[in-house]
Amino acid sequence: MTALPLPPGGSMLAVDPVPWARGQMAFTLASHIILVPLGVSWACMTLVANWRAIRRGDDDALLLAQRWSKYMAVTFAVGAVTGTVLTFEFGLLWPRFMGTWGAAFGIPFSVEGLFFFLEAIFIAIYIYGWKRLRPWPHFWTGVPIVVAGIGGTLSVVAANAWMNEPAGFTLNKAGEVVDVDPLKVIFNDAWPYEASHMLVAAYLVGGFMIASVYAVAMLRGRRGHYHRLGFLIPFTIAAIATPVQMVVGDTLARWVYANEPTKFAAIELVPESDSDVPETLLGRLDSEGQVSGGIAIPGLASWLSDPSTGTSTVIQGLDSFPADERPTTAEVNTVHLAWDVMVGLGTLLFLLSVWYGLTWIVRRDMPRSKLFLRAASGAGVAAVLAMEAGWTVTEVGRQPWIVRGHMRVEDAATTNGGVWVMFIAVVAIYLALATTVVLVLRTMSRRFRQQDGLVDTDSPYGPREVSAERAQEAEHISG
Amino acid sequence: MDDAVAVVLFVAVTTYAVFGGADFGAGFWDLVAGGAARGAGPRALVDHAIGPVWEANHVWLIFALVVLWTAFPEAFASITLTAFVPLMLVALGIVLRGASFAFRKSLFRTSQRRAFGAIFAFSSVLVPYGMGAVAGAIASGRVPAGGEAGDPWSSWINPTSVVGGVLAVTVGAYLAAVYLISDARRLADDAMVDYFRRRAIAAAIIAGPVALLGIVVLRSDARYLFDGLASRALPLVLLSSLCGIGSLVLLLRRSPRGARLLAMGAVASIIWAWGVAQWPYILPTSLKVAAAAAPQATLITVLVVFGVATVVILPSLGLLYFLDQRSLLPAEGLDALPPSRGSASLP
Repeated sequence: MTALPLPPGGSMLAVDPVPWARGQMAFTLASHIILVPLGVSWACMTLVANWRAIRRGDDDALLLAQRWSKYMAVTFAVGAVTGTVLTFEFGLLWPRFMGTWGAAFGIPFSVEGLFFFLEAIFIAIYIYGWKRLRPWPHFWTGVPIVVAGIGGTLSVVAANAWMNEPAGFTLNKAGEVVDVDPLKVIFNDAWPYEASHMLVAAYLVGGFMIASVYAVAMLRGRRGHYHRLGFLIPFTIAAIATPVQMVVGDTLARWVYANEPTKFAAIELVPESDSDVPETLLGRLDSEGQVSGGIAIPGLASWLSDPSTGTSTVIQGLDSFPADERPTTAEVNTVHLAWDVMVGLGTLLFLLSVWYGLTWIVRRDMPRSKLFLRAASGAGVAAVLAMEAGWTVTEVGRQPWIVRGHMRVEDAATTNGGVWVMFIAVVAIYLALATTVVLVLRTMSRRFRQQDGLVDTDSPYGPREVSAERAQEAEHISG
Repeated sequence: MDDAVAVVLFVAVTTYAVFGGADFGAGFWDLVAGGAARGAGPRALVDHAIGPVWEANHVWLIFALVVLWTAFPEAFASITLTAFVPLMLVALGIVLRGASFAFRKSLFRTSQRRAFGAIFAFSSVLVPYGMGAVAGAIASGRVPAGGEAGDPWSSWINPTSVVGGVLAVTVGAYLAAVYLISDARRLADDAMVDYFRRRAIAAAIIAGPVALLGIVVLRSDARYLFDGLASRALPLVLLSSLCGIGSLVLLLRRSPRGARLLAMGAVASIIWAWGVAQWPYILPTSLKVAAAAAPQATLITVLVVFGVATVVILPSLGLLYFLDQRSLLPAEGLDALPPSRGSASLP
């Protein structure tokens, strides 16, 4: 592959594209993934509120459902366009990857296209249908959004799982894909573990994200039925998802131990193959490649990897692989730290869920203490960080491969020397986008509060009779 | 088999042009609608018309890209390597357009709406121009085979690409104006019916000659394509011209429904003319469709997915358009609770 001819006088513009392509892919994926849980799980929560509104004639639930759908319109639009950028980036940043592997890698995406279609169609019908559709038919137009969210997650993650565990293709001597088994591509060995982990994560993270907004509102004294519903629906879903995620994540980790030994060695910070490997909390590999710092819990990593053989379980260390076929020391440290962050935050969220669940069982109500609400208001950010960290583990842990064992990242990247220009433009636009999304959602929220007669953000929740009258007034004025 | 998948690819491209193209065209009319007071009417109609449907229409682009990279990976690699700059602009323009459109609808202060409206309108012109320019790069044979990069600048700054870009913008504007007449009629807004009727006529009068002039440009700049258009694709070129003239006549005679169908036909047949003219190449004249195609099983998968799409997605899209055309999707959410139900269950 020859380098690009440069524009006249443009030799200063040409910079090694690989780090920029890597950086841009990481940045745009890290941004897009924050919107993913909202796209996948928010519709489900909205339908719970909607169902309650129709079944019980609960007007607060109705208000909540239709406001959520308005917020969803914004987050879905931004998610759709940032997802489109990723589609373009596959070609713009990784043309040689796509040229070589598109025939296999593209298959899960063609399935995902169907689900994206369904989602875009029914989200429009649902969001725009409040006024003129009858309640139950309108409710049912929301159900395909939930189905499409689940199906879309399962197919996109199939593509990522395939990169970790490539299967379902035949290569000729020149390394070209000459035959493909579509089912083996989609249902590759890593898929069930990775897909279920991400699907549960979508509900867990989406639930904590939305609940944390209402936790803040409750801390500010808005504790009426409306805000309680706004908290309880997403938090309950997240609190159910969290223990499930512990089991799913644990199963996935054990699968990685058995099938992706380099990634696992990085996760557990194992420089040399050994049994009785300690679980190192924090800590890092030094320049000599030895573990330094951190808190070592003797034998735990071995025991967790395979409880049936206990602490005598041997974990393959980084030294069992050629240096150019495993993550670099810096990458190992990134993976290990990300792993600790994910597991640490996940454990805290699990404890929070247990607190909520036990209180509910004992008292049939959520915990009343301010400490709980404070913790819940931080849970959204914590859950997002845990998800980002988990994604870092799986992506950085696969390095130096883009298709494990078959193609390296540097052989996949574009040869275009101008990638850095796009990187800078993308970062600038995304930062502006993120700021604006937050501002727009806050503006919407403030306007909704004004409709409720809650102009002063810090005033306690006023008498509802008054606020309902104000809401009607507002409607007469606006309508 | 590879022929069938190429047809699927062109169906997706055509559908995107006919529906998604009009959403960009609506942004063009937004751009030229004038100041905040004068442009309020057309802008409100544009918001109303494309709000519920643009995201679904946008998925055709994703679908076309996915079919391209799955079924013709080598061509996809060559195109993205060569047309890096215009595709980058298109991707960023899509972000700016979609996001600013969503933001504009959710904001209420005129200054904010104006700022995001400007971004929305500007990117609505940038994106179709970029796509047309990339189409020109492919059609004029400036994208080499083998996952290789062509010239990063002259591949999309050339006569054929300029024709492609200008044609994409004008055709989108023409389609949008024709559709917006129907939308205005549905809302019984006579002023807007007249407003967009005049603009649709103007756009048709510009788009037709641009297309014909474009064919003349191709004669010297993209000979293979020109020869195809003048021979095997000639019936489609004539069909497109007839549809275009027909829609213009119907616009003048105030019959927008027929005009809408003929406008769609004019755009669809010119795109098919392009496809037929460059047949059997996917990248004229270096890569044939058959040579670029992925292994058999992948092609079958794409066809199966397309089959499922026609069974599941087309009826769903039909439902969306049906509800939209019946004015059953008027606005996001409710403004407030219906007064009759006001505070029934509040504590």
